[in-house]
Amino acid sequence: MIRGSFTELLIIALLAAFAATVPLIANGYWLSVCVTGMMYIALATSWSMFSGPTHYISLATAAFFGLGGYLLATGMSDYQQPFWLMLAIVPFTGAVLAALIGLATLRLSGVYFVIFTLGLAEMIRNLVSWIQNNFLGSRGLYVLTDYTEKHIYWMLLAVAATVYMLGWLINRSRLGFSLRIIGGDETVARHVGINTATAKVILFITTGFFGALVGGILAPRYSYIEPNQVFSPQLSFLVVIVALLGGSGRLWGPLVGVIPFTILWELVQTYFPNQTTLFLGVVFLVIVYFLPHGVVGRLEQILKQVRKRRS
Amino acid sequence: MMARTMLRVERVTKRFGGLVAVDGLSFDVNEREVLGIIGPNGSGKTTMLNMMSGAFKPSEGFISLSDRQISGKAAQTIARAGVGRTFQLVRLLPGLTVLENVVAGAVFGHRRQWGQSAKMMALRMMDRVNLNIAPNAPISELTYIDQKRVELARALCGEPNILLLDEWLAGLNPTELEAGIDLIKTLQDEGRTIILVEHVMGAIRSLCDKCVVMASGAKIAEGSPEHVLADPEVIRAYLGDEDE
Repeated sequence: MIRGSFTELLIIALLAAFAATVPLIANGYWLSVCVTGMMYIALATSWSMFSGPTHYISLATAAFFGLGGYLLATGMSDYQQPFWLMLAIVPFTGAVLAALIGLATLRLSGVYFVIFTLGLAEMIRNLVSWIQNNFLGSRGLYVLTDYTEKHIYWMLLAVAATVYMLGWLINRSRLGFSLRIIGGDETVARHVGINTATAKVILFITTGFFGALVGGILAPRYSYIEPNQVFSPQLSFLVVIVALLGGSGRLWGPLVGVIPFTILWELVQTYFPNQTTLFLGVVFLVIVYFLPHGVVGRLEQILKQVRKRRS
Repeated sequence: MMARTMLRVERVTKRFGGLVAVDGLSFDVNEREVLGIIGPNGSGKTTMLNMMSGAFKPSEGFISLSDRQISGKAAQTIARAGVGRTFQLVRLLPGLTVLENVVAGAVFGHRRQWGQSAKMMALRMMDRVNLNIAPNAPISELTYIDQKRVELARALCGEPNILLLDEWLAGLNPTELEAGIDLIKTLQDEGRTIILVEHVMGAIRSLCDKCVVMASGAKIAEGSPEHVLADPEVIRAYLGDEDE
């Protein structure tokens, strides 16, 4: 009924403290890799909070991320608003978008939900491009700040730690238990008294909130923002792959998946820039065939077998 | 003293497109009464149960629980109002342990308990349905009757005012069937209000105070088990006419 121990939280706190020292050690290329890794940790952990227990695979991450980055850039570039004010606003726009998607998809599940979220993210990308091209002119959006990779990394670490803490608290609550029941059998969930719609929408809003926040934080990294870049559908797939590779059954699953994936992804992008999609496909096949419950699931399986043999 | 009506079904109809699955059905269930709903396959029994639990909304008519209308309300609202149920095909939560499956009823049901009190309630109900298995055992280790016991314990954990059992005895071997009937009998002895959808006539005879017989979505008989099971129209519905 209750998941997540205090020991787990302590280990995560120690890891976060260690992670905070990374910009003091690493710089240049490796710091850039760490920023990407921290972005995936924040996005995949918040994705797992909803999609992990419920098994609703959302491909809307790019929509939230893009909205965050694009709105922050619009506010700063077109309306000369300060970075921090825009960063305070964008998560709420992500939350509102998630609430709308959540309410629109209440009756959808399985593959229909997946396709809907992907289609919706693409629709938003095209809509934003169309608005920009037809009404705002082809001028670019610039996010010029004094924040460097180091600052972006720390901001992302703070968000990732907050997401993890929130997920830990949810796992220990009635809401967390209700999500696991929804993932098991939604009909049963309704018949034991769970308001499945409310539970799902609350968690989806959380995912939207943090997705937009991460998008806003990353905007200064790109400096020049255009819709096809921040709303890239590839991000939605990458987040799913990172979460599934680690194992979305546990809150710390994405943490396990993110390190090997980020390093591999960077290597593939550097040495095989034209084969990135092929690489993604292969990784996805490996997960589906050999690690259906992720690295964490496989480790738990091995531990169980060892314990059985001993007893 | 007049028995209080626990559940009232008034002229309830359910249509799926052109198919009338339940056709103007009416009956009452009094407090502490065990009502059996019987009828041949496809007669609309489970559809009726699904409307009582909120899985389906009636196309017409009303269902009320203790004089409060529940028809048309969401399943979770009806569950919290005090309607507990089991399913025709056992529905357990495979990723959860036995205890977690059972405790779900206590956490989200009628009284919405949490923590130690919910856990104690679940353990009590596991004991109540004679489920002798480690609370942390995975669901995959359960026998068929134990899976049914888990589902029943989950429903009881919600402390329902009325319990809907959809073919709870179906698929059990003779020994399990005897144990199953005895178990439901103990629930009846506690004074619980129960609606049974069943095909096992022995259980209907020994457990039910009253029966409603359905055929093609409509009620064809109502009364004591002895009375309805001897009704020629009921026999005809089950066995067909001689010349058919």
